[in-house]
Amino acid sequence: MEPEPQSPETVIEVRGLGFSFDGHPVLEEVNLRVRRGDFLVLIGPNGGGKTTLLKLILGLLPPGRGEIVVLGTSPRRAARRVGYVPQNVHVNRSFPISVHDVVRLGSLGAGGRFFRRSPTAEAAVRAAMEEMGVWELRRKRIGQLSGGQLQRVFIARALVSRPEILLLDEAMASIDAQGRAEFYDLLAELNRSATIVAVTHDTMMLSPRVKSVACVNRRLHHHDAGEITPELLEAAYRCPVDLVAHGIPHRVFEMHRED
Amino acid sequence: MIEALQMEFMRHALLAGLLVSLVCGVIGTLVVVNRIVFLAGGIAHAAYGGIGLAIFLGWPFLAGTLGVALAAAAAMAAVTLRARHRADAVVGVIWAVGMAAGVVLIDLTPGYRSDLMSYLFGSILAVPAAELAEMAAVAALVVAVVAAGYPGFLAMSYDPEFARIRGVPVAALYVLMLALIAASVVIVIRVVGLILVIALLTIPPFIAESFSGSLRGMMVRASALSALFTVSGLLLSYALDLTSGATIILVAAAGFGGALLWRRLFPGRPVQAG
Repeated sequence: MEPEPQSPETVIEVRGLGFSFDGHPVLEEVNLRVRRGDFLVLIGPNGGGKTTLLKLILGLLPPGRGEIVVLGTSPRRAARRVGYVPQNVHVNRSFPISVHDVVRLGSLGAGGRFFRRSPTAEAAVRAAMEEMGVWELRRKRIGQLSGGQLQRVFIARALVSRPEILLLDEAMASIDAQGRAEFYDLLAELNRSATIVAVTHDTMMLSPRVKSVACVNRRLHHHDAGEITPELLEAAYRCPVDLVAHGIPHRVFEMHRED
Repeated sequence: MIEALQMEFMRHALLAGLLVSLVCGVIGTLVVVNRIVFLAGGIAHAAYGGIGLAIFLGWPFLAGTLGVALAAAAAMAAVTLRARHRADAVVGVIWAVGMAAGVVLIDLTPGYRSDLMSYLFGSILAVPAAELAEMAAVAALVVAVVAAGYPGFLAMSYDPEFARIRGVPVAALYVLMLALIAASVVIVIRVVGLILVIALLTIPPFIAESFSGSLRGMMVRASALSALFTVSGLLLSYALDLTSGATIILVAAAGFGGALLWRRLFPGRPVQAG
Protein backbone atom coordinates (compact mmCIF):
# COMPACT_ATOMS: atom_id res chain seq x y z
CA MET A 1 0.00 0.00 0.00
CA GLU A 2 1.56 3.28 -1.12
CA PRO A 3 1.28 6.20 1.28
CA GLU A 4 -0.97 8.98 0.12
CA PRO A 5 0.95 11.97 -1.22
CA GLN A 6 -0.26 14.29 1.54
CA SER A 7 0.36 12.03 4.52
CA PRO A 8 3.71 12.10 6.33
CA GLU A 9 6.16 9.29 5.74
CA THR A 10 5.99 6.07 7.68
CA VAL A 11 8.72 5.81 10.33
CA ILE A 12 7.75 2.46 11.85
CA GLU A 13 6.17 -0.31 9.80
CA VAL A 14 5.32 -3.63 11.42
CA ARG A 15 3.89 -6.38 9.21
CA GLY A 16 2.60 -9.77 10.32
CA LEU A 17 4.81 -9.72 13.40
CA GLY A 18 4.83 -12.78 15.63
CA PHE A 19 7.00 -13.40 18.67
CA SER A 20 7.10 -16.31 21.10
CA PHE A 21 8.99 -16.69 24.33
CA ASP A 22 9.73 -20.29 25.37
CA GLY A 23 6.98 -21.52 23.07
CA HIS A 24 4.38 -19.13 24.46
CA PRO A 25 3.07 -16.64 21.92
CA VAL A 26 3.60 -13.09 23.17
CA LEU A 27 2.63 -11.31 19.97
CA GLU A 28 0.64 -12.61 17.00
CA GLU A 29 -0.11 -11.08 13.61
CA VAL A 30 0.73 -7.56 14.73
CA ASN A 31 0.48 -4.88 12.07
CA LEU A 32 1.31 -1.30 12.88
CA ARG A 33 2.18 1.79 10.89
CA VAL A 34 3.47 4.89 12.66
CA ARG A 35 3.83 8.08 10.66
CA ARG A 36 6.33 10.84 11.31
CA GLY A 37 5.11 13.29 13.92
CA ASP A 38 2.63 10.89 15.50
CA PHE A 39 2.14 10.67 19.27
CA LEU A 40 1.02 7.08 19.67
CA VAL A 41 0.14 5.51 22.98
CA LEU A 42 0.18 1.72 23.22
CA ILE A 43 -2.11 0.52 25.96
CA GLY A 44 -2.86 -2.96 27.19
CA PRO A 45 -2.64 -5.08 30.30
CA ASN A 46 0.59 -6.15 31.95
CA GLY A 47 2.02 -9.12 30.13
CA GLY A 48 0.17 -8.14 26.97
CA GLY A 49 3.36 -7.74 24.95
CA LYS A 50 3.77 -3.95 24.92
CA THR A 51 7.35 -3.96 26.20
CA THR A 52 8.20 -6.86 23.89
CA LEU A 53 6.88 -4.87 20.93
CA LEU A 54 9.09 -1.90 21.89
CA LYS A 55 12.13 -4.17 22.23
CA LEU A 56 11.42 -5.67 18.80
CA ILE A 57 11.18 -2.17 17.32
CA LEU A 58 14.53 -1.35 18.97
CA GLY A 59 16.14 -4.49 17.57
CA LEU A 60 16.87 -5.86 21.05
CA LEU A 61 14.89 -8.99 20.16
CA PRO A 62 14.73 -10.73 16.78
CA PRO A 63 11.19 -11.10 15.37
CA GLY A 64 9.95 -14.69 15.25
CA ARG A 65 7.76 -14.03 12.23
CA GLY A 66 6.96 -11.04 10.08
CA GLU A 67 8.87 -7.89 9.36
CA ILE A 68 9.75 -4.62 11.07
CA VAL A 69 11.03 -1.59 9.19
CA VAL A 70 12.20 1.42 11.20
CA LEU A 71 13.21 4.63 9.43
CA GLY A 72 13.47 2.67 6.20
CA THR A 73 15.91 0.11 7.53
CA SER A 74 16.26 -2.75 10.01
CA PRO A 75 15.56 -2.05 13.70
CA ARG A 76 19.18 -2.74 14.65
CA ARG A 77 20.51 -0.26 12.12
CA ALA A 78 17.92 2.34 13.01
CA ALA A 79 18.42 1.96 16.77
CA ARG A 80 20.92 4.81 17.05
CA ARG A 81 18.36 7.20 15.59
CA VAL A 82 15.76 6.08 18.13
CA GLY A 83 15.63 7.33 21.71
CA TYR A 84 14.60 4.81 24.36
CA VAL A 85 13.39 5.45 27.88
CA PRO A 86 13.22 2.07 29.62
CA GLN A 87 10.50 0.92 31.95
CA ASN A 88 12.50 0.06 35.00
CA VAL A 89 14.50 3.12 35.96
CA HIS A 90 14.91 1.83 39.48
CA VAL A 91 17.29 -1.03 38.73
CA ASN A 92 20.93 -0.51 39.58
CA ARG A 93 20.28 2.42 41.90
CA SER A 94 23.27 1.52 44.05
CA PHE A 95 25.55 1.77 41.02
CA PRO A 96 28.34 4.31 41.54
CA ILE A 97 27.57 6.69 38.70
CA SER A 98 26.77 10.39 38.60
CA VAL A 99 23.68 11.82 36.92
CA HIS A 100 25.99 13.55 34.44
CA ASP A 101 27.63 10.26 33.42
CA VAL A 102 24.26 8.53 33.01
CA VAL A 103 23.19 11.17 30.50
CA ARG A 104 26.60 10.97 28.81
CA LEU A 105 25.80 7.35 27.95
CA GLY A 106 23.29 8.86 25.53
CA SER A 107 26.15 10.12 23.36
CA LEU A 108 27.66 6.64 22.99
CA GLY A 109 28.28 5.68 19.41
CA ALA A 110 27.51 9.17 18.14
CA GLY A 111 28.99 9.88 14.72
CA GLY A 112 30.35 6.36 14.48
CA ARG A 113 32.88 7.13 17.21
CA PHE A 114 32.70 5.19 20.40
CA PHE A 115 32.24 7.47 23.40
CA ARG A 116 34.73 10.17 22.70
CA ARG A 117 34.17 13.14 24.95
CA SER A 118 34.11 15.78 22.24
CA PRO A 119 32.97 19.36 22.93
CA THR A 120 30.01 18.76 20.59
CA ALA A 121 28.91 15.69 22.53
CA GLU A 122 29.32 17.49 25.86
CA ALA A 123 27.24 20.40 24.56
CA ALA A 124 24.51 17.98 23.43
CA VAL A 125 24.53 16.35 26.87
CA ARG A 126 24.20 19.72 28.59
CA ALA A 127 21.44 20.88 26.24
CA ALA A 128 19.40 17.71 26.86
CA MET A 129 19.88 18.05 30.62
CA GLU A 130 18.85 21.70 30.64
CA GLU A 131 15.83 20.91 28.49
CA MET A 132 14.71 18.32 31.04
CA GLY A 133 15.61 20.55 34.01
CA VAL A 134 18.17 18.14 35.46
CA TRP A 135 21.41 20.05 34.82
CA GLU A 136 21.52 21.18 38.45
CA LEU A 137 21.43 17.52 39.54
CA ARG A 138 24.45 16.50 37.48
CA ARG A 139 26.85 15.98 40.40
CA LYS A 140 24.45 13.81 42.36
CA ARG A 141 24.80 10.09 42.46
CA ILE A 142 21.99 8.38 40.53
CA GLY A 143 20.61 6.65 43.64
CA GLN A 144 19.94 9.99 45.33
CA LEU A 145 17.23 11.03 42.86
CA SER A 146 13.46 10.71 43.28
CA GLY A 147 11.41 8.68 40.80
CA GLY A 148 10.29 11.76 38.88
CA GLN A 149 13.84 13.14 38.69
CA LEU A 150 15.13 9.78 37.49
CA GLN A 151 12.51 9.71 34.76
CA ARG A 152 13.66 13.12 33.53
CA VAL A 153 17.29 12.02 33.60
CA PHE A 154 16.49 8.98 31.47
CA ILE A 155 14.54 11.07 28.99
CA ALA A 156 17.50 13.49 28.82
CA ARG A 157 19.76 10.50 28.09
CA ALA A 158 17.45 9.50 25.24
CA LEU A 159 17.39 13.08 23.88
CA VAL A 160 21.17 13.55 23.66
CA SER A 161 21.35 11.99 20.21
CA ARG A 162 18.35 14.05 19.00
CA PRO A 163 16.34 10.94 18.04
CA GLU A 164 13.77 10.96 15.27
CA ILE A 165 11.61 8.55 17.26
CA LEU A 166 11.23 8.50 21.03
CA LEU A 167 10.05 5.25 22.64
CA LEU A 168 8.89 5.45 26.25
CA ASP A 169 8.04 2.39 28.32
CA GLU A 170 5.71 3.13 31.26
CA ALA A 171 7.27 6.56 31.52
CA MET A 172 4.42 7.90 33.62
CA ALA A 173 4.63 5.15 36.24
CA SER A 174 6.88 7.02 38.66
CA ILE A 175 5.21 10.41 38.24
CA ASP A 176 2.38 11.45 40.55
CA ALA A 177 -1.03 12.43 39.21
CA GLN A 178 -0.25 16.12 39.52
CA GLY A 179 2.94 15.81 37.52
CA ARG A 180 1.29 13.92 34.69
CA ALA A 181 -0.40 16.83 32.96
CA GLU A 182 2.89 18.68 33.05
CA PHE A 183 4.66 15.57 31.78
CA TYR A 184 2.27 15.33 28.83
CA ASP A 185 2.92 18.98 28.02
CA LEU A 186 6.59 18.14 27.97
CA LEU A 187 6.04 15.15 25.67
CA ALA A 188 3.90 17.32 23.40
CA GLU A 189 6.81 19.76 23.23
CA LEU A 190 9.21 16.93 22.34
CA ASN A 191 6.65 15.69 19.82
CA ARG A 192 7.33 18.81 17.71
CA SER A 193 10.65 17.33 16.67
CA ALA A 194 10.24 13.59 17.28
CA THR A 195 7.67 10.89 16.69
CA ILE A 196 6.60 9.52 20.06
CA VAL A 197 5.49 6.01 20.92
CA ALA A 198 4.64 5.61 24.61
CA VAL A 199 3.58 2.42 26.36
CA THR A 200 1.33 2.27 29.40
CA HIS A 201 -0.80 -0.33 31.13
CA ASP A 202 -2.99 2.36 32.65
CA THR A 203 -5.75 3.64 30.38
CA MET A 204 -6.17 6.59 32.72
CA MET A 205 -2.84 7.83 31.44
CA LEU A 206 -4.29 9.09 28.19
CA SER A 207 -4.32 12.79 27.50
CA PRO A 208 -5.65 15.04 24.76
CA ARG A 209 -1.99 15.46 23.74
CA VAL A 210 -2.08 11.93 22.37
CA LYS A 211 -2.73 11.68 18.62
CA SER A 212 -3.48 7.99 18.27
CA VAL A 213 -3.92 4.92 20.41
CA ALA A 214 -3.29 1.23 19.90
CA CYS A 215 -4.13 -1.66 22.19
CA VAL A 216 -1.63 -4.46 22.50
CA ASN A 217 -2.64 -7.77 23.93
CA ARG A 218 -0.99 -10.42 21.88
CA ARG A 219 -2.72 -8.79 18.91
CA LEU A 220 -2.78 -5.11 18.16
CA HIS A 221 -5.75 -2.86 17.56
CA HIS A 222 -4.89 0.50 16.15
CA HIS A 223 -7.14 3.52 16.40
CA ASP A 224 -5.67 6.01 14.02
CA ALA A 225 -7.06 9.49 13.97
CA GLY A 226 -5.75 12.83 12.81
CA GLU A 227 -7.43 14.71 15.62
CA ILE A 228 -8.46 14.00 19.15
CA THR A 229 -12.15 13.40 19.50
CA PRO A 230 -14.21 12.07 22.38
CA GLU A 231 -15.08 9.19 20.07
CA LEU A 232 -11.43 8.26 19.73
CA LEU A 233 -10.85 8.26 23.47
CA GLU A 234 -14.01 6.30 24.02
CA ALA A 235 -13.00 3.82 21.37
CA ALA A 236 -9.60 3.53 22.99
CA TYR A 237 -10.99 2.82 26.41
CA ARG A 238 -13.40 0.27 25.07
CA CYS A 239 -10.68 -1.37 23.09
CA PRO A 240 -11.16 -5.12 22.94
CA VAL A 241 -8.48 -6.79 24.97
CA ASP A 242 -7.54 -10.44 25.17
CA LEU A 243 -7.00 -11.06 28.83
CA VAL A 244 -4.20 -13.35 29.88
CA ALA A 245 -6.72 -15.91 31.17
CA HIS A 246 -7.18 -18.74 28.72
CA GLY A 247 -10.62 -19.63 27.46
CA ILE A 248 -11.85 -16.05 27.53
CA PRO A 249 -10.75 -14.88 24.10
CA HIS A 250 -12.28 -11.43 24.18
CA ARG A 251 -12.98 -9.30 27.18
CA VAL A 252 -13.65 -5.64 27.21
CA PHE A 253 -12.07 -3.08 29.51
CA GLU A 254 -14.46 -1.24 31.74
CA MET A 255 -15.23 2.14 30.31
CA HIS A 256 -13.24 4.88 31.99
CA ARG A 257 -13.48 8.57 31.57
CA GLU A 258 -11.05 11.30 32.35
CA ASP A 259 -12.42 14.07 34.55
CA MET B 1 58.83 -5.37 61.40
CA ILE B 2 61.64 -3.52 59.65
CA GLU B 3 63.84 -6.62 59.53
CA ALA B 4 61.00 -8.39 57.74
CA LEU B 5 61.42 -6.03 54.81
CA GLN B 6 65.11 -6.80 54.57
CA MET B 7 64.34 -10.35 53.53
CA GLU B 8 63.95 -10.90 49.83
CA PHE B 9 60.96 -13.23 50.13
CA MET B 10 59.15 -10.57 52.13
CA ARG B 11 59.85 -7.89 49.56
CA HIS B 12 58.58 -10.25 46.85
CA ALA B 13 55.51 -10.98 48.93
CA LEU B 14 54.71 -7.29 49.38
CA LEU B 15 55.18 -6.63 45.67
CA ALA B 16 52.95 -9.60 44.80
CA GLY B 17 50.37 -8.32 47.27
CA LEU B 18 50.36 -4.86 45.68
CA LEU B 19 50.01 -6.30 42.16
CA VAL B 20 47.13 -8.47 43.29
CA SER B 21 45.49 -5.48 45.01
CA LEU B 22 45.58 -3.46 41.81
CA VAL B 23 43.97 -6.30 39.87
CA CYS B 24 41.39 -7.06 42.57
CA GLY B 25 40.36 -3.42 42.79
CA VAL B 26 39.80 -3.10 39.06
CA ILE B 27 38.38 -6.53 38.19
CA GLY B 28 36.61 -7.02 41.52
CA THR B 29 34.72 -3.77 40.86
CA LEU B 30 33.46 -5.16 37.54
CA VAL B 31 32.55 -8.46 39.24
CA VAL B 32 30.58 -6.72 41.99
CA VAL B 33 28.67 -4.18 39.88
CA ASN B 34 27.80 -6.82 37.28
CA ARG B 35 26.68 -9.18 40.06
CA ILE B 36 28.71 -12.10 38.74
CA VAL B 37 30.44 -13.16 41.97
CA PHE B 38 29.18 -16.72 41.51
CA LEU B 39 30.49 -16.81 37.95
CA ALA B 40 33.89 -15.54 39.11
CA GLY B 41 33.88 -18.32 41.72
CA GLY B 42 33.18 -20.84 38.97
CA ILE B 43 36.14 -19.58 36.94
CA ALA B 44 38.38 -19.76 40.01
CA HIS B 45 37.45 -23.36 40.78
CA ALA B 46 37.79 -24.36 37.15
CA ALA B 47 41.28 -22.81 37.34
CA TYR B 48 42.04 -25.40 40.01
CA GLY B 49 41.58 -28.03 37.31
CA GLY B 50 44.20 -26.09 35.39
CA ILE B 51 46.58 -26.27 38.34
CA GLY B 52 46.10 -30.05 38.42
CA LEU B 53 46.65 -30.25 34.66
CA ALA B 54 49.81 -28.15 34.88
CA ILE B 55 51.21 -30.36 37.63
CA PHE B 56 50.20 -33.59 35.84
CA LEU B 57 51.74 -32.56 32.52
CA GLY B 58 54.69 -30.79 34.09
CA TRP B 59 53.72 -27.45 32.56
CA PRO B 60 54.47 -24.11 34.18
CA PHE B 61 51.78 -23.00 36.62
CA LEU B 62 50.68 -19.92 34.68
CA ALA B 63 50.31 -21.61 31.28
CA GLY B 64 48.14 -24.51 32.44
CA THR B 65 46.05 -22.55 34.88
CA LEU B 66 45.45 -19.57 32.61
CA GLY B 67 44.54 -21.84 29.70
CA VAL B 68 41.93 -23.77 31.65
CA ALA B 69 40.55 -20.65 33.34
CA LEU B 70 40.14 -18.94 29.95
CA ALA B 71 38.42 -22.02 28.51
CA ALA B 72 36.02 -22.09 31.48
CA ALA B 73 35.36 -18.36 31.06
CA ALA B 74 34.59 -18.88 27.36
CA ALA B 75 32.17 -21.72 28.16
CA MET B 76 30.42 -19.60 30.79
CA ALA B 77 30.21 -16.64 28.46
CA ALA B 78 28.58 -18.81 25.79
CA VAL B 79 26.02 -20.20 28.22
CA THR B 80 25.26 -16.85 29.83
CA LEU B 81 24.74 -15.11 26.50
CA ARG B 82 22.62 -17.89 24.95
CA ALA B 83 20.57 -19.23 27.85
CA ARG B 84 20.79 -16.83 30.77
CA HIS B 85 18.24 -18.71 32.87
CA ARG B 86 20.35 -21.90 32.74
CA ALA B 87 23.61 -20.12 33.46
CA ASP B 88 23.85 -20.58 37.23
CA ALA B 89 23.35 -24.35 37.00
CA VAL B 90 26.03 -24.67 34.30
CA VAL B 91 28.42 -22.48 36.30
CA GLY B 92 27.84 -24.80 39.27
CA VAL B 93 28.75 -27.84 37.16
CA ILE B 94 31.93 -26.22 35.79
CA TRP B 95 32.81 -25.14 39.34
CA ALA B 96 32.58 -28.71 40.69
CA VAL B 97 34.14 -30.47 37.72
CA GLY B 98 37.12 -28.08 37.66
CA MET B 99 37.80 -28.64 41.35
CA ALA B 100 37.39 -32.43 41.13
CA ALA B 101 39.55 -32.70 38.01
CA GLY B 102 42.29 -30.75 39.78
CA VAL B 103 42.28 -33.09 42.77
CA VAL B 104 42.24 -36.26 40.63
CA LEU B 105 45.00 -35.00 38.32
CA ILE B 106 47.20 -34.31 41.33
CA ASP B 107 46.39 -37.83 42.63
CA LEU B 108 47.46 -39.28 39.29
CA THR B 109 50.75 -37.42 39.22
CA PRO B 110 53.43 -40.01 40.09
CA GLY B 111 55.33 -39.29 43.27
CA TYR B 112 53.72 -35.90 43.73
CA ARG B 113 53.61 -34.93 47.39
CA SER B 114 50.44 -32.95 47.34
CA ASP B 115 50.96 -29.26 47.66
CA LEU B 116 47.21 -28.84 47.81
CA MET B 117 47.24 -26.44 50.74
CA SER B 118 49.43 -23.91 48.99
CA TYR B 119 46.92 -23.57 46.15
CA LEU B 120 43.93 -23.54 48.45
CA PHE B 121 45.31 -20.85 50.75
CA GLY B 122 48.01 -19.29 48.61
CA SER B 123 51.75 -19.04 49.00
CA ILE B 124 52.49 -15.35 48.93
CA LEU B 125 55.74 -15.94 50.86
CA ALA B 126 57.10 -18.22 48.15
CA VAL B 127 56.70 -16.16 44.99
CA PRO B 128 59.89 -16.40 42.93
CA ALA B 129 61.19 -13.39 40.99
CA ALA B 130 60.32 -14.93 37.62
CA GLU B 131 56.72 -15.44 38.65
CA LEU B 132 56.58 -11.90 39.98
CA ALA B 133 57.43 -10.67 36.47
CA GLU B 134 54.64 -12.82 35.00
CA MET B 135 52.19 -11.44 37.54
CA ALA B 136 53.24 -7.89 36.75
CA ALA B 137 52.71 -8.53 33.05
CA VAL B 138 49.22 -9.98 33.61
CA ALA B 139 48.28 -7.13 35.97
CA ALA B 140 49.50 -4.50 33.51
CA LEU B 141 47.56 -6.13 30.69
CA VAL B 142 44.34 -6.36 32.73
CA VAL B 143 44.52 -2.75 33.87
CA ALA B 144 45.42 -1.48 30.38
CA VAL B 145 42.50 -3.33 28.75
CA VAL B 146 40.01 -2.05 31.31
CA ALA B 147 41.35 1.52 30.98
CA ALA B 148 41.15 1.40 27.18
CA GLY B 149 37.62 -0.01 27.18
CA TYR B 150 36.41 1.93 30.23
CA PRO B 151 33.45 3.74 28.61
CA GLY B 152 32.21 0.49 27.10
CA PHE B 153 32.61 -1.41 30.38
CA LEU B 154 30.79 1.38 32.21
CA ALA B 155 27.91 1.39 29.71
CA MET B 156 27.63 -2.41 29.72
CA SER B 157 27.75 -2.66 33.51
CA TYR B 158 25.23 0.10 34.17
CA ASP B 159 22.65 -0.53 31.44
CA PRO B 160 23.51 -3.25 28.90
CA GLU B 161 20.25 -2.85 27.03
CA PHE B 162 20.71 0.86 26.42
CA ALA B 163 24.37 0.26 25.52
CA ARG B 164 23.30 -2.24 22.85
CA ILE B 165 20.86 0.26 21.37
CA ARG B 166 23.68 2.80 21.13
CA GLY B 167 25.79 0.30 19.21
CA VAL B 168 28.16 -0.74 22.01
CA PRO B 169 29.44 -4.31 21.37
CA VAL B 170 28.02 -5.57 24.66
CA ALA B 171 28.41 -9.30 23.99
CA ALA B 172 32.08 -8.90 23.00
CA LEU B 173 32.76 -6.74 26.07
CA TYR B 174 31.11 -9.34 28.28
CA VAL B 175 33.32 -12.12 26.89
CA LEU B 176 36.36 -9.86 27.31
CA MET B 177 35.38 -9.13 30.90
CA LEU B 178 35.18 -12.86 31.72
CA ALA B 179 38.59 -13.41 30.11
CA LEU B 180 40.03 -10.61 32.27
CA ILE B 181 38.47 -12.22 35.33
CA ALA B 182 40.10 -15.54 34.38
CA ALA B 183 43.52 -13.91 34.02
CA SER B 184 43.11 -12.05 37.30
CA VAL B 185 41.91 -15.07 39.23
CA VAL B 186 44.99 -17.03 38.19
CA ILE B 187 47.41 -14.52 39.68
CA VAL B 188 45.29 -13.84 42.74
CA ILE B 189 45.16 -17.58 43.52
CA ARG B 190 48.95 -17.46 43.77
CA VAL B 191 48.73 -15.00 46.65
CA VAL B 192 45.65 -15.84 48.68
CA GLY B 193 44.67 -19.19 47.19
CA LEU B 194 41.54 -20.59 45.62
CA ILE B 195 39.37 -20.49 48.74
CA LEU B 196 40.05 -16.82 49.37
CA VAL B 197 40.21 -15.39 45.86
CA ILE B 198 36.52 -14.55 45.88
CA ALA B 199 36.84 -12.72 49.20
CA LEU B 200 39.59 -10.48 47.86
CA LEU B 201 37.66 -9.88 44.61
CA THR B 202 34.48 -8.87 46.44
CA ILE B 203 35.20 -7.38 49.88
CA PRO B 204 37.28 -4.32 48.85
CA PRO B 205 34.97 -3.34 45.94
CA PHE B 206 31.90 -3.89 48.08
CA ILE B 207 33.25 -1.52 50.73
CA ALA B 208 34.35 0.96 48.06
CA GLU B 209 30.99 0.98 46.27
CA SER B 210 29.09 2.96 48.88
CA PHE B 211 31.88 5.55 49.19
CA SER B 212 32.38 6.12 45.45
CA GLY B 213 30.59 8.40 43.02
CA SER B 214 31.89 6.75 39.86
CA LEU B 215 33.00 3.34 38.65
CA ARG B 216 36.54 4.65 38.22
CA GLY B 217 36.52 5.99 41.79
CA MET B 218 35.28 2.62 43.01
CA MET B 219 38.18 0.86 41.25
CA VAL B 220 40.75 3.23 42.78
CA ARG B 221 39.30 2.96 46.29
CA ALA B 222 38.94 -0.82 46.03
CA SER B 223 42.58 -1.15 44.94
CA ALA B 224 43.73 1.05 47.82
CA LEU B 225 41.66 -0.90 50.35
CA SER B 226 42.90 -4.18 48.93
CA ALA B 227 46.51 -2.97 49.26
CA LEU B 228 45.85 -1.92 52.84
CA PHE B 229 44.37 -5.32 53.73
CA THR B 230 47.05 -7.30 51.90
CA VAL B 231 50.05 -5.44 53.34
CA SER B 232 48.72 -5.24 56.89
CA GLY B 233 47.54 -8.87 56.75
CA LEU B 234 50.95 -9.93 55.52
CA LEU B 235 52.83 -8.08 58.25
CA LEU B 236 50.40 -9.33 60.88
CA SER B 237 50.79 -12.93 59.73
CA TYR B 238 54.58 -12.51 59.92
CA ALA B 239 54.45 -11.02 63.40
CA LEU B 240 52.02 -13.61 64.76
CA ASP B 241 53.28 -16.55 62.67
CA LEU B 242 49.92 -17.21 61.01
CA THR B 243 48.96 -18.41 57.51
CA SER B 244 49.31 -15.28 55.38
CA GLY B 245 46.38 -15.76 52.96
CA ALA B 246 43.88 -16.43 55.74
CA THR B 247 45.20 -13.51 57.80
CA ILE B 248 44.81 -11.16 54.83
CA ILE B 249 41.19 -12.20 54.43
CA LEU B 250 40.44 -11.78 58.14
CA VAL B 251 41.91 -8.28 58.01
CA ALA B 252 39.69 -7.58 54.98
CA ALA B 253 36.68 -8.95 56.85
CA ALA B 254 37.49 -6.65 59.79
CA GLY B 255 37.63 -3.74 57.33
CA PHE B 256 34.27 -4.82 55.95
CA GLY B 257 32.76 -4.82 59.44
CA GLY B 258 34.30 -1.43 60.11
CA ALA B 259 32.81 -0.01 56.91
CA LEU B 260 29.36 -1.32 57.80
CA LEU B 261 29.67 0.27 61.23
CA TRP B 262 30.79 3.56 59.65
CA ARG B 263 27.76 3.59 57.35
CA ARG B 264 25.53 2.86 60.32
CA LEU B 265 27.04 5.69 62.40
CA PHE B 266 27.12 8.23 59.57
CA PRO B 267 24.20 7.30 57.31
CA GLY B 268 23.23 9.24 54.24
CA ARG B 269 26.44 11.19 53.92
CA PRO B 270 26.30 12.52 50.39
CA VAL B 271 28.80 10.91 48.08
CA GLN B 272 30.60 13.28 45.76
CA ALA B 273 31.22 12.33 42.17
CA GLY B 274 34.67 10.96 41.51
